[in-house]
Amino acid sequence: MEDKVQLEVTGLVKKFGDDTILDGIDLCVHKGEVVVVLGPSGCGKSTLLRCMNGLETANEGTILLDGEEISSDGKKITQLRQKIGMVFQSYDLFPHKNIIDNITLAPVKVQKRTKKDAEEQAEKLLARVGLSEKKKAFPRELSGGQKQRVAIVRALCMKPEVMLFDEVTAALDPEMVREVLDVMLELAEQGMTMVIVTHEMQFARAIADRIVFLDNGKIVEETTPDEFFTNPKTQRAKDFLHTFAYEKRRSENNNAV
Amino acid sequence: MQGSGIEVLFLGRNFLRLLEGLWVTLRISLIAVLLSVPLGILFGMFMTIKNPITKAISRVYLECIRIMPQLVLLFIAYFGVTRAFGWNLSADISAVIVFTLWGTAEMGDLVRGALISIPKHQYDSAYALGMNKIQAFGYVVVPQTMRRLIPLTINLTTRMIKTTSLVVLIGITEVLKVGKQIIDANRFDYPTAALWVYGAIFLLYFLACWPISMLAKRLEKQWR
Repeated sequence: MEDKVQLEVTGLVKKFGDDTILDGIDLCVHKGEVVVVLGPSGCGKSTLLRCMNGLETANEGTILLDGEEISSDGKKITQLRQKIGMVFQSYDLFPHKNIIDNITLAPVKVQKRTKKDAEEQAEKLLARVGLSEKKKAFPRELSGGQKQRVAIVRALCMKPEVMLFDEVTAALDPEMVREVLDVMLELAEQGMTMVIVTHEMQFARAIADRIVFLDNGKIVEETTPDEFFTNPKTQRAKDFLHTFAYEKRRSENNNAV
Repeated sequence: MQGSGIEVLFLGRNFLRLLEGLWVTLRISLIAVLLSVPLGILFGMFMTIKNPITKAISRVYLECIRIMPQLVLLFIAYFGVTRAFGWNLSADISAVIVFTLWGTAEMGDLVRGALISIPKHQYDSAYALGMNKIQAFGYVVVPQTMRRLIPLTINLTTRMIKTTSLVVLIGITEVLKVGKQIIDANRFDYPTAALWVYGAIFLLYFLACWPISMLAKRLEKQWR
């Protein structure tokens, strides 16, 4: 991790109608840093990520990527988005294209790279996630975990500076979660700047340089993962972590009986 | 001449006349389909615009065309409008206009359905990869809608072919009319002519529509 600020969110407010989803978010992400955003459902985590690459337009506040403002105006935003990869919960591969074409579509059509160049990179990336033999397959022939790894590769093939992950394992069967998380861990080790929204607490603790806890559209707590999981300062963070400690409480009760 | 009466089909130019009659309906349907498809695509895109005014306009058009039997539309166009405004529209042109209006409404609704069936996330992931609206539409949305649309469009074509048999009622001599003429002309020599002539027409329609239906089925399977 370096000191250079890569992504800077200041005073971000996002409303849908009368509902305030994000209520004044300030957040700095440094180059090479992995920030995990935690919080109860509906607290605005996903909206925060969507604002970060301009899929949602903020009502107030600014978001800077390398000092350039992300607004939703046409040409500029498409250039900025090429530097921010985003992976979604529902993978969203393009069903009419095979894997290699899914990956190379944007590099060729948007970045105007040659087909050969894009395919070489795509094959390297596919090999890294262990899916080289699937390059001619269609998305419907892949398992959820495989699709999600392809979605990550598709975003990486644009050579982004920042990667956003929006609950990428939430729709997966439990046994496929691991293969996706491993890919993300490897990315983090290679120094990719990442902002991750997840419900996998163990994973959050392992991968994060910093935990940001969001509740009701506000950052309630912002600290190191060890500090957050062992010694949360706010009551709301304690309550939130409690919801994941169900099994433990039950076994304690059993002992008491 | 005490045979089954099937010979009536091959008397003189009878069979050729039936084929010519079929071609009259087919030609009207094909012209109407060729016009309806591009117009319907535009209309379908127009229907997805999120604006109360455009929505109201397309709603009114769609409902008017759909609620009214095609026959009423044909009568309005051929007997009503042409006389009222003094236009000199031939029956063929009126039929093409009516079936194009109808086909555009139907095709538009199919296009609208196909467009809104593309999940929002497909757009999001296209945008997240840096595509602009035109690229997302051209590379991601259109290819997927096409796949859904082609079988539906082919079905629309067969419906069009069947429905255009109504043009007989505005005086166009199509296959049914020709058949009636043959039956009438041979009423005394071949009392069973109706069976053979209408049977032949049934077969002709079947031969015109069946390959088209099969094609639709095959494409549907292939792109599942």
